[in-house]
Amino acid sequence: MIDQHRQAFKEEAYELLAELETSLLELEERPDDVDLIGRVFRAMHTIKGSGSMFGFDDIASFTHEVETVFDMVRNGKLQVTKRLVNLTLAARDQIKAMLDQADEGGGGALQGSAEIIEGLRELAGFCASAATPVQKPAEKAAHRDKVTYRIRFVPSRDIFASGSNPLALLNELRELGACSVVAQTSEFPSLEEINPEACYVYWDVILTTDQGENAIRDVFIFVEDDCELKIETVAEHSGFDEPQDYKKLGEILLERGDITPQEMAEVLAQQRRFGELAISSGILHEGKIQSALIEQKHVKEIRQEKQNVEAASSIRVPAERLDLLVNLVGEMVTVQARLSQTANQRADAELLAIAEEVERLTAELRDSALNIRMLPIGSTFSKFKRLVRDLSSELGKQIEMTTEGEETELDKTVIERLNDPLVHLIRNSIDHGIELPDARLAAGKPSHGTVHLAAVHSGDSVLITIEDDGAGLDKEAIRAKALEKGIIVASAELSEKELFSLIFAPGFSTAKKVSSVSGRGVGMDVVKRAIEALRGSIDISSVRGQGTRITVRIPLTLAIIESLLVKIGDDSFMLPLSLVDECVELTREDVARSHGRNLARVREHLVPYIPLRERFSIKGKCPDIEQIVITQVNGVRVGFVVDHVIGEHQTVIKSLGRAYKDVEGVSGATILGDGSVALILDIPQLVQAVEAEQP
Amino acid sequence: MAKVIMTADDSASVRQMVTFTLKQGGYEVVEAVDGKDALQKLSTTRVDMLITDLNMPNLDGIGLIKGARALPSCKFIPIVMLTTESQDTRKQEGKAAGATGWIVKPFKPEQLMAVVKKVLG
Repeated sequence: MIDQHRQAFKEEAYELLAELETSLLELEERPDDVDLIGRVFRAMHTIKGSGSMFGFDDIASFTHEVETVFDMVRNGKLQVTKRLVNLTLAARDQIKAMLDQADEGGGGALQGSAEIIEGLRELAGFCASAATPVQKPAEKAAHRDKVTYRIRFVPSRDIFASGSNPLALLNELRELGACSVVAQTSEFPSLEEINPEACYVYWDVILTTDQGENAIRDVFIFVEDDCELKIETVAEHSGFDEPQDYKKLGEILLERGDITPQEMAEVLAQQRRFGELAISSGILHEGKIQSALIEQKHVKEIRQEKQNVEAASSIRVPAERLDLLVNLVGEMVTVQARLSQTANQRADAELLAIAEEVERLTAELRDSALNIRMLPIGSTFSKFKRLVRDLSSELGKQIEMTTEGEETELDKTVIERLNDPLVHLIRNSIDHGIELPDARLAAGKPSHGTVHLAAVHSGDSVLITIEDDGAGLDKEAIRAKALEKGIIVASAELSEKELFSLIFAPGFSTAKKVSSVSGRGVGMDVVKRAIEALRGSIDISSVRGQGTRITVRIPLTLAIIESLLVKIGDDSFMLPLSLVDECVELTREDVARSHGRNLARVREHLVPYIPLRERFSIKGKCPDIEQIVITQVNGVRVGFVVDHVIGEHQTVIKSLGRAYKDVEGVSGATILGDGSVALILDIPQLVQAVEAEQP
Repeated sequence: MAKVIMTADDSASVRQMVTFTLKQGGYEVVEAVDGKDALQKLSTTRVDMLITDLNMPNLDGIGLIKGARALPSCKFIPIVMLTTESQDTRKQEGKAAGATGWIVKPFKPEQLMAVVKKVLG
């Protein structure tokens, strides 16, 4: 579309230039012809004005120079001379060349422009750089606080004669923010004196806006010369503790200059309601009082509104109440599961519909209840900053801590229980990871090290990484240590991952000497257990000389998990779904083929399995085809043999109570839809226990 | 019923641009090539608003504004003049003649629409 306009402009400009040429030639013969001068000026003016509108900026700025000179000629300040005509003709050719060039898309000032401008300026008798484009002040888009303004807009009597509509202006003000308008009619003359075309009304406006005073002035831009406009700030709504009360009526009127202190004192002396008094005593017109009252009300309302918002934004609630709520929601999920099961068995359409509705609501209720307990992890992070600072100066190291993802939310309990493991990991990074400044410089690294702490959401869990740019893990040292402590045998061939995971083994420590910070060798296994207690996992990667990264994966919440429901005989068990990789069948023939070694072949890989029926000593006969649920723990795939896989299940975790605290392989229990109890298997612990039994 | 706006400008490209913009905004447009043409059309057609250039042959913008204000049908309509920033004195003249507001050239279609909305209410 704009191209079409540009084309129209070009055609028009060519016409104008042709006309300009004729006019200039005539002007040479009749240099005093005012009409001709006017025509030349207009042609220049149109080329300039339209040119800049359609993007021919170079033409516009060049033409501006010529126009300026002709403006002087038109005003009689400059005589038309041969030289002026010559220069203007040259300028005309120049503009034509620029237009031609614009076709090929090539912009830029042509050769010769500068000389013509120079010549014209010389003629006009002013020095170079006369035309500086008017710079519009940059609009600040910065956020501003809300401010309440008191505006008195008194239009001139003949405002209608200029076609202005005061009501349109007031409507424009209303668009800026909360606005109270009072029309003042005190200036109205008696009926016989009224001029129907005059404006006798004026307005008092109380406006609360965050747009600033200039936005208000902009509304009145066309009328500011013929009206009386007073804009005052009466209240700024930025502070936190704003008083609920606003100024008294008398104060407002005094501020506005509607009443003098003396008059006020007189009225006050009578000790009646101020407003009534002022009116009845004839000092003030009723409208003015009304306007002041409206101001009072407006500001109070704005403040009230703000306080309501602030009050609604957060509530402090004791944590126990939230725990209770989450527990109740847990019960509710259980009952809902029963309802759904019953409804399915009855095949009653009406009951099914209700059950589905309850299911949906329960899911929503569960999510929002769990959400309430979510806290950003940032507060924990900031505690670590202090820790890093203190420790590094104690050890004579220069360490900077950077954080990322402070806003990531986790269950309150999880955050609390994460604190100690994280402290330990950070201590390790500082103590074992990052080298002393000299050693760092020798290795070609900056003298100060960095520990980076980051939290990020990943599915239904949160990943927390602790990364340092220190020395990295020493594989050989780990191996030697593990041999020395008898954790591995000399012939063991370990992958890098397995080697690194050795540092989580109980009683392992590679520090050459024990420092106050870490290195008592009780560290990493405790960390690992704490993380696993939160149903999380921990992972290490490291490059020698470049640094170590520890990734902790923590589920979002402790109370409810997704799990896989399986059956062995008549008993139900749960496996946390986050650990489950896949399910495969196990036939009699498979078992026979493996010669009692409990290994299954899955896609050409051997996967060890644990027959749970055997392990839990469940009596009865297993079905001909059993199922292996393959899980992944610390990068190792382990299968669990069960009778049947039922499916996914929303599991509300119930603790087993103190009596069963030491039961191995079970982390909790849940109640199923039919009211029976299912145990939740602690897969890492089961794997560990079975491994420990192996010769 | 759509409001009618007259654009008076001797530059065909400006007229075209103004007309196009206003029509897109849902207004009806009457074009005039200079002040004289505009006054003549104003005396026969009813318009709700006038947008005029200041520099025009035959009758310039100031003359047009004065003439329009003398017509009973145009006494109270909004009149907006197109000016360049170098013409501050002309702006004052226009105001004195009865112009409601002004638009500084060069302007963008959005700016034109903003001013039209402002004065037409």
